[in-house]
Amino acid sequence: MAETVISVQNLVKKFGSFTANDNLNFEVFSGEIFGFLGANGAGKTTAIRILSGLSQPTSGKVIVAGYDASLQPEKIKRQIGYMCQKFSLYEDLTVRENITLYGGIYEMSRIQINERTEELLKRLNFQEFGDRLISDLPLGLKQKLAFSVAILHKPKIVFLDEPTGGVDPITRRQFWEMIYETAANGITVFVTTHYMDEAEYCDRISIMNEGRIVALDTPENLKNRYDAKSVEEVFVKIARPSISFSGSQTDKNSLP
Amino acid sequence: MHTIIESSAVGKKFGKTQALKNISFSVKESEIFGFIGPDGAGKTTLFRIITTLLLPDEGEIRVLGHDATKEFKALRKRIGYMPGRFSLYQDLSVEENLNFYATVFGTTVKENYELISDIYSHIEPFKKRLAGKLSGGMKQKLALSCALIHKPDLLVLDEPTTGVDAVSRSEFWEMLKKLKNYNITIIVSTPYMDEAMRCDRVALIQGGKLLITDTPQQIRKGFTKKLFSVRASEKYELINALRSYPGIYTAYPFGDSVHVTFKNDRFEDSLIGLLNNRGIKNLKISEMEAGIEDRFLELMEPDN
Repeated sequence: MAETVISVQNLVKKFGSFTANDNLNFEVFSGEIFGFLGANGAGKTTAIRILSGLSQPTSGKVIVAGYDASLQPEKIKRQIGYMCQKFSLYEDLTVRENITLYGGIYEMSRIQINERTEELLKRLNFQEFGDRLISDLPLGLKQKLAFSVAILHKPKIVFLDEPTGGVDPITRRQFWEMIYETAANGITVFVTTHYMDEAEYCDRISIMNEGRIVALDTPENLKNRYDAKSVEEVFVKIARPSISFSGSQTDKNSLP
Repeated sequence: MHTIIESSAVGKKFGKTQALKNISFSVKESEIFGFIGPDGAGKTTLFRIITTLLLPDEGEIRVLGHDATKEFKALRKRIGYMPGRFSLYQDLSVEENLNFYATVFGTTVKENYELISDIYSHIEPFKKRLAGKLSGGMKQKLALSCALIHKPDLLVLDEPTTGVDAVSRSEFWEMLKKLKNYNITIIVSTPYMDEAMRCDRVALIQGGKLLITDTPQQIRKGFTKKLFSVRASEKYELINALRSYPGIYTAYPFGDSVHVTFKNDRFEDSLIGLLNNRGIKNLKISEMEAGIEDRFLELMEPDN
């Protein structure tokens, strides 16, 4: 059985009288591609901030990569990678400079950074782009590079926020193959997305609604259970808030 | 049926970048016409030309009977445009935004309320709230209400559903369908293939060129090969194993399966032997009908 890398027990997070996460319980395993879904305001971002050590639970026990999110959030931060749709790369630095910067932030040695840089450029067939500015790269390449940089320090878990949004269908598939490869190498890939066709690529998915997890299973089992042809259909059936269009968006805090 | 947009060989360059090349298509009255393509394909540039905000370098474009490069004053009154970025005044309330747009177009909210009532009723309880404080789905509904308040003949929606959750997206498309009853023609862009099926006709756009224009059903039928869905418990090993088989023409991951075509265009039983030898477990193979995305991938292949 695969090792548990995320363990969430009775997680509650409150902001004043508002309960953003209402008793969440789930586990994620090493090498798993885990989809974390929910409508705007369902509480996904709150949970991810806790899982990545940026915020602490009000109550409950959250263990990420062996560390307690309430007590050792700084240790968690060193064991994870993060990539968001809007890219975590600096547009006015070159490809190499970006890699060096991130390697430095994760306290990798100069030798290690140089090795991994060459390895990464070779693997992505990127050698000719090493000294180009990020702003000059096409979207598909930026996305692949951003992902590679997010796993440069070989984290236990990488968080991806709508990783393949807006790219063409071929680039998109190349990107998923990179994700599969990463997972096959034992890194857990934690995906949040609004796009249910991205969810179809995950090993298991959870769906949140109003602060609770209302479903958690493989895409295939969920489709069978809800007699749906796609994850999208499942989502529309069960992720509808009881009061539609309520209040202002609570899911607005994005990770840095 | 009237032609609402007629584009012939439209081209646009920004410096050395050819943003649009030889774009020809026509849109008929009351159609929902979708432009489906990735970021950077040229969708926004084309929409800015259609809405008279940008001049093409080449070609001709007529919108609602007007030359879009010359008769912009007449045209702008008849178009409702919802740009990709949230374009409302964040520091005005919901109600103030709507009144403002109505006034700019010389009308009142009351006069055309019927048209937006379905959409606006969802956000009306929050009409005193500042637009900047709305959720994604509510902003989208307000932006659509503002684009519709002068009863345009043509509604231009640039990626209206990007960043919006699946429930709100589904509701949004239902609203668009209802607008057809008011003879409003809609052109809409999206990077998401699954939204193509909601349009009457779509154009697939990539690298500034239209790859194909047709009904979603006809585009799917245009797929030229036999397509097979292959599933197994270990997806990454499965893809690598499939790629190592010489008879495979294409193998693309699609959610929990891999879509496969063969060079000889028939299923080869020896593939199963190879997959078994590679230790692939829980193998499931079936022939399947191609979807829009399969056809898009086929059109993007170098031979095309």
